[in-house]
Amino acid sequence: MIDFSLVTVPQPTPETAHFYEGTAAGELRLQQCNQCQTVYFPPRPFCPNCGSRSVSVIVASGQGRLLSYVINHRPHPAFEGPYAIAIVGLEEGVTMMSNILQVDQTPEALILDMPLQVVFRACRDGIVLPYFQPLGAE
Amino acid sequence: MARAKVAIVGAAETTELGKIPGMSQIQLHADAALNAIEDAGLKLTDIDGVATAGESPTAIAHYLGIAPNWVDGTAVGGCSFMLHVRHAMAAIESGLCQTVLITHGESGRSQVGRAGWGSAPASLAGQFEAPYGGMGPTTTFTLPVLRFLKDTGTTQEQLASVAVSQRQWATLNPRATLQTPTTVDEVLADRMIAYPFTKSMCCLVTDGGGALILVAAERAKDFPQKPVYLLGSGESTETPMISQMIDLTSSRAFKMAGARAFLTAGIEHKDVDHLMIYDAFAHLPLYGLEDLGFCQRGEAGALIESGATAPGGSLPLNTNGGGLSYMHSGMYGMYALQESVRQVRGTAAAQIDDVEISVCHGVGGMFAASGTIVMSASPARV
Repeated sequence: MIDFSLVTVPQPTPETAHFYEGTAAGELRLQQCNQCQTVYFPPRPFCPNCGSRSVSVIVASGQGRLLSYVINHRPHPAFEGPYAIAIVGLEEGVTMMSNILQVDQTPEALILDMPLQVVFRACRDGIVLPYFQPLGAE
Repeated sequence: MARAKVAIVGAAETTELGKIPGMSQIQLHADAALNAIEDAGLKLTDIDGVATAGESPTAIAHYLGIAPNWVDGTAVGGCSFMLHVRHAMAAIESGLCQTVLITHGESGRSQVGRAGWGSAPASLAGQFEAPYGGMGPTTTFTLPVLRFLKDTGTTQEQLASVAVSQRQWATLNPRATLQTPTTVDEVLADRMIAYPFTKSMCCLVTDGGGALILVAAERAKDFPQKPVYLLGSGESTETPMISQMIDLTSSRAFKMAGARAFLTAGIEHKDVDHLMIYDAFAHLPLYGLEDLGFCQRGEAGALIESGATAPGGSLPLNTNGGGLSYMHSGMYGMYALQESVRQVRGTAAAQIDDVEISVCHGVGGMFAASGTIVMSASPARV
């Protein structure tokens, strides 16, 4: 479905490097405030809830659920056929955009709130991205 | 009691709308600006404030030969012009300048002299959204809607009815791009763009422009047109990343901008005779009606399906046909404002009887920003 060599590759910054070091190591890394305990994403070196600069990197469970999606029917060089662009809600309470692998890209197969598990795929330039697939899929 | 201190005394769109391949984007700004200045009975040299988005106010002022005392280049997407109106209200009231020109011009279809959109690969959107195949508004603005439908019990037929209702208005408007009536079945059967959005649920891609002239309310009666008083306003932002909305079924920016506009205008929902809600896609009027408080959560779909917002209904909404049927060049907020002005003046193609209050609500980016303007036929509420 996805030609990972053609995916638009992110350019990590100093503030996000830990995230991509994590994906390369098979970990989905979030951040948590040491003051108010808020877990947040995307990365930044301060808590967006209380402003504290005392924050830690934590490893997410990688489990979440399908919050919403669209199925894009216009052609994209990295994708074959209609494909879903999804928003996933992680167990830790944050949300992120992703694609859903190992499942038909149809409204019948993509059921809102279905449990998902993170998987990792290598793209260009040494970047590894997090994707999701139905929990229990091979 | 709210009392307007600033009013719109000139308003015009570009001479042509639709396909304008012979005009660059900056000229679309200038064409609309000159029409608005003429509409107000002013000369270019009378303008001492310039606000714009999509081009820099410096470039527009230089192009038009204006020596401004005040500029605003606030660019938060399609509702930028609602924010310009609000900022101009403060600027005029506080004496920073006297006569503000707000311009928009966009070669959305012909792409003549138009800068591109996009997310830098090192931006947060570039890093955490771009890899997943989003292709602009059709795949990002639309992303929250399945969650909205499920959580509110709204049906896809009700979503489609937004496009049907607005086409009904467009059939009354000779300047509308699409004027042929349509049905829910036709909207649902149209070509799929990004499930569940068919082409008929997505805005048009056209060319055009618009401009407004604002002065102090106490001067408004000295101009040839019926004044449109600015009674209240609000603005806010939420997030430049659709995946980071706090609640996929509600816009915080809509709620904050709308509530402040109603508060500052001193109006209640029952006072609103005419309503514009920026409709880049069919779900935006649903979010708008609920987040602005015109109905309870989950009721907007049924409200539109009932015909309440269509011609003859109790809450006339997007009476020019909206972005779905009238026109949409990319930053539609200017056209929503133009229609509110026309309705308050009594000069709209599909004119509502006795419009005293018009609420004009805009969105910028993909639920990224919002601006709400309350216009009135009277300078004060009694």
